[in-house]
Amino acid sequence: MSQAEVSGAGTPGAGAAPRRPGPLWSLGLLRSEIGMTFRRWRTLALLAVLAGVPILVGIAVKIETGDGGPAGHGGGDGGPAFLSQVTNNGLFLVFTSLAVTLPFFLPMAIGVIAGDSLAGEANAGTLRYLLVAPAGRTRLLLVKYATTLAFCLVATLVVALSALAVGALLFPLGDVTLLSGTSIPFGEGLLRALAIACVVALSLMGVAAVGLFISTLTNSGIAAMATTVGLLITVQILDTIPQLQAIQPYLFPHYWLSFADLLRDPVYWDGLQKNIGLQALYAVVFGSAAWARFTTRDVTA
Amino acid sequence: MPRNEPTEVTDGWDGGRSPRRRKAARYAVPVAVAGVAAATIGLVPAFAGSGSPDLPKISAQELIAKIAKSDVQQLSGTVRVTTDLGLPSLPGGGSAAAFGGDGQGDGPKGSDEASASPQNKLMELASGTHTLRVAADGPDKQRLSIVDKAAEYSIIHNGDQVWAYDSGSNTAVRSTADAHGKDGRGHHGPKGLPKGLKNATPQDLAKEALKAAEDTTSVTVDGTARVAGRDAYQLLIKPKQSASTVGSIRVAVDADNGVPLKFTLTPKSGGAAAIDVGYTNVDFAKPAAGSFSFTPPKGAKVVDADKERAKAGRQHGKDIKGFKDRKGLEGLKGGDGPNIIGKGWTSIATIKGSGSGLPAGKEKGAAGDAGAFLDSIGQKVTGSFGSGRVFSTRLVNALITDNGTVYVGAVDKQALIDAANAAK
Repeated sequence: MSQAEVSGAGTPGAGAAPRRPGPLWSLGLLRSEIGMTFRRWRTLALLAVLAGVPILVGIAVKIETGDGGPAGHGGGDGGPAFLSQVTNNGLFLVFTSLAVTLPFFLPMAIGVIAGDSLAGEANAGTLRYLLVAPAGRTRLLLVKYATTLAFCLVATLVVALSALAVGALLFPLGDVTLLSGTSIPFGEGLLRALAIACVVALSLMGVAAVGLFISTLTNSGIAAMATTVGLLITVQILDTIPQLQAIQPYLFPHYWLSFADLLRDPVYWDGLQKNIGLQALYAVVFGSAAWARFTTRDVTA
Repeated sequence: MPRNEPTEVTDGWDGGRSPRRRKAARYAVPVAVAGVAAATIGLVPAFAGSGSPDLPKISAQELIAKIAKSDVQQLSGTVRVTTDLGLPSLPGGGSAAAFGGDGQGDGPKGSDEASASPQNKLMELASGTHTLRVAADGPDKQRLSIVDKAAEYSIIHNGDQVWAYDSGSNTAVRSTADAHGKDGRGHHGPKGLPKGLKNATPQDLAKEALKAAEDTTSVTVDGTARVAGRDAYQLLIKPKQSASTVGSIRVAVDADNGVPLKFTLTPKSGGAAAIDVGYTNVDFAKPAAGSFSFTPPKGAKVVDADKERAKAGRQHGKDIKGFKDRKGLEGLKGGDGPNIIGKGWTSIATIKGSGSGLPAGKEKGAAGDAGAFLDSIGQKVTGSFGSGRVFSTRLVNALITDNGTVYVGAVDKQALIDAANAAK
């Protein structure tokens, strides 16, 4: 980089500059990638499905409890987390919806986007043209990963906002009772909901990196998506087998539900820290594996 | 980043090194990251656990005195409870919880309350690993929460009120502190609970263990340790009576203020600790006052435990079973059992039965199945007392004779049979 700075400083204007794009150029690339991803019908359909989940849950709870009884008969084991609270406070629909979508729906959507990111381009024959532009493979990879992360955040927020809207329409809103039994004002509850959405989005970092790595392995977008989603399902199953307790703390979905710890009083950081740490580790390991693969690979398509 | 700049620019293979070597070097990055992470995960706990701080020598007597005069009123922290009593695990995942817990499902209360009942929660602690959060501010304000996945079970004691709140079923159970004290001695389900749960803190466990230490016990100081980031002495307690199933008890005591920080009970049969209760995190500052106030949330189902007392009486028979398990949880014998034979570590609790011997026989409908199930986990024994079944766990053994008398204690099988013979 120092060389580039020296030459850039030495010849202001043109010269060495075109081959070494500045940070602004990367932003432009990122913007065009994000724009392209979110303009796809496929992406919009995924988001629509995600937005539909809270609506289904909300209506189901509303119908089920039409006679005034509480939801979630039989205690905590009877349904998704927080379900019994939804009738008292619509905000809990946000938490329930995230707990429902986090195990499969959300990571599946991420798997589709991440798996398609490079393999899809290769499949369509556009990867070569992307590389012709003086972006550099590392930069392109980073931009693709950033786009996937942006989708993680948007997908989570779509679920959360749709749940908030449905919850506000169908159920009363008010003070939020935390898991520990203490109550906090609604405004603070909203803040916690926002924090939870961010934690959920961060929880998807690992699966996004895995998907990106798989995407560098193949030229078929479908194969990459299917592998990512299949891997996710396999890992989720492994995470439920008690005999595998020894390896479970290292599986990326293991601490996903720890976002609920934000609803304790005081907040219990242990699981949250482990979750974020594990996601960062997956992101680094699979991100660098994707980098190793992508920067040394022969791109023919 | 600078290293790969040429590639970014040219995407060519003209770097001077062969592509193969470059490829290998790049793949080394993820491998190295994974390796460093694995090493960190593997080694850091090992180093953290091996720290034995240098502390002035102290005698066992002085250490016990330190515990006794420890006057810590305010603390908050996280407690990790790991129990491996060797209770048979049941299909459906329930293991120990099914013994006391499921029995209540057909009680006078509905399933919602059953899951919120303290007894049930207590049974859950009897197997597996659980995280508890505790906070205390003087004798009148305590709080204990069992941290579950996306749920929490809290017991809040403030003045004369004791609330239990289960976020999973959104149920709150109210009782008065007065009644709860009485219930600590009795066996009424819901109230026995808060007391039993409070006993799960290292302080109480250590106190109870020391109570049992008379001439039957050897107590020594065995080195130092770091627990929850604090320097601690290790107190080693070993029963002298050979019939006891307890191998040793280790209590880590804070070198500063004498608060027991960790309690580990290892059965004589060896293996993993049967009971391991310790702070993973402790703070001796005053907890926030708000943590001790509780008002039942809107929409929560409120159960008045005092009014349930009459009903709970009907559950007496079943609760005895739960009670027995609670003793197992605390790893203590003697204490407040029905009828105690012997003393010290080998004391055996006796519950005179009438009629049908097996507790499960009382649970209608399921009697046949339960009998077959008991046969599969119990071992038939005979003696001059007649015959019966012995149920073994890693720590507690129980002999249920055919005429319904129950002998239970942390003693080996032979001691139970001897006790039954002697009682005849």
